[in-house]
Amino acid sequence: MRRRGVGASAVTKKKLETARYKERGNEIAAQQLEQLSNQLETFHTNLEDFAAKHKQEIKKNPQFRHQFQQMCAAIGVDPLASGKGFWSEMLGVGDFYYELGVQAVEICIATRPQNGGIMTLKEIHQKLIKTRGRYGQDISTEDVQTAIKKLKVLGTGFALIGSKSNQLVQSVPGELNMDHTAIFDLAQQNGGHMSVSEVVKKLSWKSERCEHVIDHLTHEGMAWVDDQTPTNERWYWFPALFTAEQQFAS
Amino acid sequence: MDRFVWVTGGIQFNEAIFYTKNAVRIYDGDDKTSYDDGTVKVTTHRIIWTDAKYQIALPMELVVYSEKHSGGFGKSPKVSVHLQAPPVNKVPGPVSRSQNSFIKFSFKDGGESEFHNQLQAAIQKQGWVQQSISSSSSSLKSAPMGTRTRAAGIVGIERKIEEKQKKTDQNISVAFQDLTKLMEKAKEMVALSSNIATKIKDKKGDITDDETVKFKSYLLSLGIPNPVTKETHGSGTHYHMQLAHEVCKSLDKAVGECGGMMLLSDAYCRINRARGMELLSPEDLLNACKMLDNLNLSLKLRTFATGVAVLQLQSHSDDLIIEQTTQLVEESTSLSAQELANLVNISVLLAKERLLLTESVGGVCRDDSDEGLRFFPNLFLTKVV
Repeated sequence: MRRRGVGASAVTKKKLETARYKERGNEIAAQQLEQLSNQLETFHTNLEDFAAKHKQEIKKNPQFRHQFQQMCAAIGVDPLASGKGFWSEMLGVGDFYYELGVQAVEICIATRPQNGGIMTLKEIHQKLIKTRGRYGQDISTEDVQTAIKKLKVLGTGFALIGSKSNQLVQSVPGELNMDHTAIFDLAQQNGGHMSVSEVVKKLSWKSERCEHVIDHLTHEGMAWVDDQTPTNERWYWFPALFTAEQQFAS
Repeated sequence: MDRFVWVTGGIQFNEAIFYTKNAVRIYDGDDKTSYDDGTVKVTTHRIIWTDAKYQIALPMELVVYSEKHSGGFGKSPKVSVHLQAPPVNKVPGPVSRSQNSFIKFSFKDGGESEFHNQLQAAIQKQGWVQQSISSSSSSLKSAPMGTRTRAAGIVGIERKIEEKQKKTDQNISVAFQDLTKLMEKAKEMVALSSNIATKIKDKKGDITDDETVKFKSYLLSLGIPNPVTKETHGSGTHYHMQLAHEVCKSLDKAVGECGGMMLLSDAYCRINRARGMELLSPEDLLNACKMLDNLNLSLKLRTFATGVAVLQLQSHSDDLIIEQTTQLVEESTSLSAQELANLVNISVLLAKERLLLTESVGGVCRDDSDEGLRFFPNLFLTKVV
């Protein structure tokens, strides 16, 4: 009977109730934990069955991998969070992406003296295919993106920047913002180089803004200065954008 | 160049080859392409180009006319083939858009005259038109009868390929169905876990430590990030603790050889290369390294202001490094990060960190110019009265 919940006894009663609920809550949490444990065991078996049937699919089909990643993201699960996770252990997705990550890091280190630590997603994708050789599994650009996103936690500045159609991979620390990627875009459309006057014309920036941005890029070694241009104005070349050029020029 | 399509398999039913020549390169308009040493075939239906890696084909019906160009000194003879626009529903090929409406075949080993003649003949005969009419009618007639007798031969091979494709497609759709069922179960567990996590957060001492540890390992198995228990028990689990020991054991010597400091990304590569299988995720390594301090092992994790993360020997002393760097800069009058890296045999990133560290205590001065960032001995400290 709880008609008049006022007075000292009401307060003690309330305290008792809260304490009892707490105990109850405690039990419930422990029960839930057991429930979770059981569910996990069933899930483990189901995942084993799934792996037995479809593991090859995941290895061979980049589209399937992509779908798989998206489904995991939709429910809030990161299959690549740990090598000890179910997904990684049984489906082998972990090893696939972690190895891709290692290869990507090695490629970035090897090309850093040339391009200052930035390259197009396309180029790193091609280099990865080459490194893996003809017996390596098929990898899509999404696979490369997933692997690189994971590398971010290592703190050496691995990041994907740029617009969707023109993705760049950065492998050195340092801020590369929208201005920097805008200049990269412009240079790419212009055969791998640009000049301050072109930026001013095409992007309608003030020349100080352009110089500030291009200075940073030159400093980082991502842009090279060319003072022997036909127009006598200083040009800036981007080695990261060179590959496409070189193929057709030879 | 965008009229080409990828092809597999060999010659189609009803297709006949008129001419074959090797050592042929393709030009997109006047530009060389990477298809530079292959075999070209003129057939009733297509021009096919193959090499060890690729196989591409061009439908004969798109050819308008062709021209021969004789070679000169250093230049191979060529045949240019002028083409109509590609059809709207064209299958993907090596190039999706080209501004050129002609291509050229370059014959490094000759044979261009015969190619040109055969191409002209094929265009005139229009073999693809008749063949498509006759093949559709013959397939109607022979479908009920001839299916079993044609199991051998080219059609048989093509059919097998088709069946295999269909089977792969079926497999994938079954896989998707199974995957969707799995995901639904996983979703339930994610909801349950977040429920439990909230409960743990609300009364931080009431669930036993053991149970919390178990819970964390469940989250790890599923791949759910667990921000909750970080404050109470650190971000690691038992697994990460073991990993921390392993990391120390395998990398201790290497870090010493690298001057006492190794980039975390470097460590990641080395450990995974050594393991070969059952690789570590970047997060695994990070979480393991975060526990190093607590475990009092020989290595520790250090993050610089720039975000760069390294594994460092416990015995490493910053003062020693500062002294060494100051001395090296003095001896060389000035150093850039690249030069210091070469001198001490460490990576450029680490060299930069050392210079910045030394600068922060006043050991060296920077000179930031168009030519890059260089460091000089700090004469303001030493030479000022």
